[in-house]
Amino acid sequence: MSLLELDRVGKSFGPNIAVEEFSLAVTKGEFISFLGPSGCGKTTTLQMIAGFLDPSHGAIRLEGRDLVAVPPAKRGLGIVFQSYALFPHMTAAENVAFGLEMRKVSRSEREERVRAALALVGLAGYEGRHPRRMSGGQQQRVALARALVIRPSVLLLDEPLSNLDARLREDMQIELRQIQRNLGTTTILVTHDQIEAMSLSDRIVVMSKGRIEQIGTPQQVYEQPASAFVAQFLGKTNEFAAAVDRTVAPAKLVAGGWSAPAPAGVTGAVTVSVRPERISFGDAGLAARITSRIFQGNHWLFQCDTECGPAIVIRQNDGQGQPEHGAAVHLAWRAADMSLRSAGGAA
Amino acid sequence: MSAVISADPPSAGEARAGLTLALPALMLFTGVVVIPLAMTVMLSFHDWGQYKGIEPVFILKNWREIVEDPYYAEMFWRTFRVAALATLITAVFGVPEAYILNRMQGPWKGLFLLVIIGPLLISVVARTLGWALLFGGNNGLANKLLMTSGLIDSPVKFMFTETGMVVALAHAMMPFMVLAVWTALQRLDPQIENAALSLGAGSLTVMRRIVLPQIMPGVLSGAIIVFSLSASAFATPAIIGGRRLKVAATLAYDEFLNTLNWPLGAAVAVLLLIALILIVVGSNTLIERRYQEMFR
Ligand SMILES: Nc1ncnc2c1ncn2[C@@H]1O[C@H](COP(=O)(O)OP(=O)(O)OP(=O)(O)O)[C@@H](O)[C@H]1O
Ligand SMILES: [Mg+2]
Repeated sequence: MSLLELDRVGKSFGPNIAVEEFSLAVTKGEFISFLGPSGCGKTTTLQMIAGFLDPSHGAIRLEGRDLVAVPPAKRGLGIVFQSYALFPHMTAAENVAFGLEMRKVSRSEREERVRAALALVGLAGYEGRHPRRMSGGQQQRVALARALVIRPSVLLLDEPLSNLDARLREDMQIELRQIQRNLGTTTILVTHDQIEAMSLSDRIVVMSKGRIEQIGTPQQVYEQPASAFVAQFLGKTNEFAAAVDRTVAPAKLVAGGWSAPAPAGVTGAVTVSVRPERISFGDAGLAARITSRIFQGNHWLFQCDTECGPAIVIRQNDGQGQPEHGAAVHLAWRAADMSLRSAGGAA
Repeated sequence: MSAVISADPPSAGEARAGLTLALPALMLFTGVVVIPLAMTVMLSFHDWGQYKGIEPVFILKNWREIVEDPYYAEMFWRTFRVAALATLITAVFGVPEAYILNRMQGPWKGLFLLVIIGPLLISVVARTLGWALLFGGNNGLANKLLMTSGLIDSPVKFMFTETGMVVALAHAMMPFMVLAVWTALQRLDPQIENAALSLGAGSLTVMRRIVLPQIMPGVLSGAIIVFSLSASAFATPAIIGGRRLKVAATLAYDEFLNTLNWPLGAAVAVLLLIALILIVVGSNTLIERRYQEMFR
């Protein structure tokens, strides 16, 4: 049975709909990410789970019990806010101890658990430090320890890493995942960073304009995007207009000079979408000219003008010779590496 | 109260240019503040007699009188007692008022902010006279109403009482406290309250353990403003207390304009100034030391 269940949850602010028809079942121990562009309703959804906002429609259940009627203080969820929201007038240890105090945990046990929680996030020895005297990364870890120490049934993280620099962010991602694995805490992470979502989560909920676009494992949403939005939001993608040619047998899917056996059930005009790293340069295929060639260390980024419009290609810097600027090439990809949508609509 | 420290020591030329630019303001400041103040201090050491008037000599007579005569001690105690109580009242009412104001939305917020700050546009004299009209003896409007309704038998004693002075001062000073606290509240991250809620705190606990400690510097700076304005206030004590219940400011005024004993009045004024400066600077230092750990 699922631990946390959102059943067609919706929220509107006056005439503006922030979240619509949001249904999700989270199993125990799962790491879920809400991924989507700014303003798509991620924070609103999280705040409804936390209890700071009341849903306009739908139900939220925790272990089968209705959660909407429960005040935030009684939900027992651990929350890390985007701004950390540490208590500035308390030391790190006092911050972490606050939730235990509210739960009337005895002083000796409290001290023990606070020390353990701070050690868990790598902050042993910082007990007496005030938040303003800590770095962003340290504050973030205090916020994490404060949320974890109450042993929440669900941990809610609202863009907890967005204020950190790239390096610290990567370290924290690894740490976060490790802590989550060790403790087995069910976690929901809000982010608009697709790399973060993919590297941390078991499943990703891709959102756009208050609606769920797709729910799936990182591989699923990356390799079988359910909509053009998902394909474009998760990394770069190329889209070519293609058509099914039934005048030959077996029927062929054709895009410019490129063709492949048409999959069953596909007819008429379709859009082929291919990730740039799945395209290779070959002798046959979509005719193209390289308009720019950018060296990016471990790979090359090519921008091409093809018969079917512009495209980008990424090739590993594997020591092989690469086409020059202005060179005429042919782009090819395997049928398994593309996804198809009927032109002008969803898949 | 804070010194401006420039990164590099300015060159001689820069310093001279700075001095030239600051000169007009400096002259004005010297002319209207420093010189009169110095003259007042000097005046407090002069002699005075009913028939001889002011004699420009250097004696400690006035200061000795203030220190030795319990009449003055009582007056100064009253001044600070009234100011302290008025400060306490503004804090007790002003903090929740500011909190509610901060929680308000849209047009209500603007409207109530105007209601709170609006009185500042009306003279303190007019506001205090309002109290006098309400509670002035048997004819005060509120007193009349309360008596005819049978709630009280004799009029509420307000005029010429310390209670009346405290209430009227607290009323007059309330906007300063509300504004100081409101400024502090606006700097709070609203998510901090949510964080406390999510950790299991009730709303009273959130208020006491989370919000109040964070706005304490604002409350205290509001308190310093209200206290120093109340202790040196003239109009309100003059109207409510009259010549029966004097505070330092009204005493100095009386010595200057009624008794014409300028040197004694000067000594009272200077003592009030010194006491206030000591209290304000002292408490400011204490507050800064107390809060520098949290709020850098
Ligand atoms: N209190 C509110 N009143 C009115 N509209 C709101 C309110 N809070 C959010 N919205 C609207 O709801 C939509 C979703 O907001 P939300 O904060 O959930 O976005 P988000 O996905 O968290 O974005 P971001 O990545 O920028 O944080 C936005 O269009 C926003 O303008
Ligand atoms: Mg957000």
